[in-house]
Amino acid sequence: MTERARRLLEIADDELILGWRDSEWTGIAPNLEEDVAFSSIAQNEIGHARALYELAARDLGTTADELAFDRTPEEYRCAALVEHRFADDWARTIARHWLYEAADAVRLEALKASDDAEVAGLAGKIDREEVYHRMHAEMWEERLRDEPRFREAVEELWPQALGVLAADLRAGLAERIGREPVEAVERNGRSPEFCELWEEMTRVRRSIPGAAW
Amino acid sequence: MIYEVFRQERKGQAFAHAGSLPAPDMAFAEVYAREQYGRRGESVALWVVPRDQIQQIDEFVDELERNYHRVDGYPLKAKLKEARERAGTASDDADVPAAATHTPPPPEPGSARREANGG
Repeated sequence: MTERARRLLEIADDELILGWRDSEWTGIAPNLEEDVAFSSIAQNEIGHARALYELAARDLGTTADELAFDRTPEEYRCAALVEHRFADDWARTIARHWLYEAADAVRLEALKASDDAEVAGLAGKIDREEVYHRMHAEMWEERLRDEPRFREAVEELWPQALGVLAADLRAGLAERIGREPVEAVERNGRSPEFCELWEEMTRVRRSIPGAAW
Repeated sequence: MIYEVFRQERKGQAFAHAGSLPAPDMAFAEVYAREQYGRRGESVALWVVPRDQIQQIDEFVDELERNYHRVDGYPLKAKLKEARERAGTASDDADVPAAATHTPPPPEPGSARREANGG
């Protein structure tokens, strides 16, 4: 696998799994307006994953669907941060959302400056939607920042947020949100929570292997 | 707090009321309004207004029943019928829709023929 395909898959997996986790709030968000907004953000993330998988699929001679749904759990490359199931814990959900959006902003800035015109172009498109995700995340962070449960969640997730980024971008994230850098939790191995998610996510495709849907 | 949202479908068009949404402040209202009324390319601009900033006027006193101030003061239906008869055109569509009461009063008899034929 090329370095480019490997990097694209990492980001695509982050977006797919976070979108999947955020979509678990559909129908149970604290109020209807938030239900619509957060579900829409979840859908956007899955849309970004689709675009990134398509680019990677071309390099790897496969399809976006096969990358999204037909790999074994061990083959996914997502960060620990996006794997947790937080549905029914709004403080941790927003802490993750805010940390992820900040990390993603740093990552997209780097990708937009890439020499690879295709990757830079796609990063630019994705970033234009992410502006609204950041607006949403920052507005919630402002509202919850003094809540002990939210602060604890940020503390707990911070090492995993750093693990979303390549080592050379981590200082930029720490600076962006004004926190001390700590040792990052790397993308290494899938959690039991991820394996449960994978079971559910791939169940329908696995029910009829090789079917054309 | 309830926010009222108005949307503009195309540049230059009037803003029309799209709906209302509850939000704790303007920042939330803006995000929610974008999701509800701007995400599908259905609007080129939105106005988001706190409901309590809108002055609603709904009392129109008419103690003396001066119905000549009102558009329904014109017996439009009867006048149209009259005009059609003068013009010799059929009056089977004399059932004027409600919206027609907002049109200007019927023209003077001198122009009635052209008006009736054109319709």
